[in-house]
Amino acid sequence: MVKQFPLNLKKNKLKFSVTVTLKKDVLDPQGKVVQNTLFDMGMNNLKSIRQGKHFEIEVNENNQIEAERKVDEMCKKLLVNLIIEDYKINKI
Amino acid sequence: MKSSVIVFPGSNCDRDIAVALEKMQFQNQMVWHKETKLPKSDLIVVPGGFSYGDYLRSGAIAGKSLIIDEVIKAANSGCLVLGICNGFQILTETGLLKGTLLRNKNLKFINKDVHIKVLNNNTKFTNKYQSNQILKINIAHNEGNYFTDPKHFEELKKEKLVAFKYCDKEGNINENSNPNGSLDNIAGIFNSNKNILGMMPHPERMIDEIISNKDGINLFSSLLN
Repeated sequence: MVKQFPLNLKKNKLKFSVTVTLKKDVLDPQGKVVQNTLFDMGMNNLKSIRQGKHFEIEVNENNQIEAERKVDEMCKKLLVNLIIEDYKINKI
Repeated sequence: MKSSVIVFPGSNCDRDIAVALEKMQFQNQMVWHKETKLPKSDLIVVPGGFSYGDYLRSGAIAGKSLIIDEVIKAANSGCLVLGICNGFQILTETGLLKGTLLRNKNLKFINKDVHIKVLNNNTKFTNKYQSNQILKINIAHNEGNYFTDPKHFEELKKEKLVAFKYCDKEGNINENSNPNGSLDNIAGIFNSNKNILGMMPHPERMIDEIISNKDGINLFSSLLN
C-alpha cells in the first residue's frame, strides 16, 4: 500500500535561519582561540574568524513579510543582545 | 527590613544570601520564579548561580521569567534591588541595569578572592564603607567582563554610578588587577536612581571570620542604616 502524505504538510509554514555574531568592535576571545589554533595547524592563508550562533526557526505563517517580522521580533526580544551582537535573518 | 530572594532553576547562591540576610536581621522570604506576586519587600535580591544553565546567554532566560515583571515594577517605584553575579547578569538582561557581561577575557572560569575598591559610598548600599576602602571579596564567574556603550560609560563616570572597581592589595586600579577584562576594572554599578546595584563579587560569602572575612557585612548594614 502506498503511504499517503497529506499534500498540505508544508503549507502555512516558513523556515528561517538566524545568524548571531558579536559586533565588530566587541572582543571575541573564542573566535580568536579557534583562529590561532587553525593557524598553528598550518592554515597559513586564514585571515580571521568570528564565532557566532545559528538558529533555525519555523513559523506557522504563509505570508513571508509577516513571518519575517515575527522572527525579527524574536531576535530583538530574546535571541540577540543588541548591545554586543548583530544578526542576520535568511529564508531557507 | 523585609527582603525577598528570587529563586530560579540553577540558582546556587540563594541560600548563602538568605543566611547572610537573616544573620543581619532581615525578615527574608524566598520567591520562586513562577510566582506572579512579590511579597511586600524593601529589598529584592537576585542571587548568583547558573539560572537555566546559562542557556542562550547568562541570565537571558531568567530575565524573561514571570516574577521579573514584578521585580521591574518594584524597582521602578523605588524598591532596592541587589543583583549578585548571575543576578547582575539577569538585571542587565532585563534592562534594569545598562550594559552587559561578556565572557572573561582569558576564557576561564575564575574563582578566587580579589580586591575591590569602594568608589561611591554615598548610596543606600555602601554608606557604611569608607570612600576608597579596599575590600577582599570572592568572585566566581565565567562571564564577568563588563561592557557598555561609550555614552553610558560617560554617564557612569559623570554620575558616579560605578560602585566598585577591581584593584590590587594596595588599591591600584590597572590591567594587572583586572581579573576578567572588565571595562575600566568595573566590578559593580548602580542605575541612575542608585536604588539598583549589580555586582560580580559575592558579599554574602564574606560575612563570617571563620570561613572568610567580614568585608561583605557593611553592604547589608548599609541597607539597614
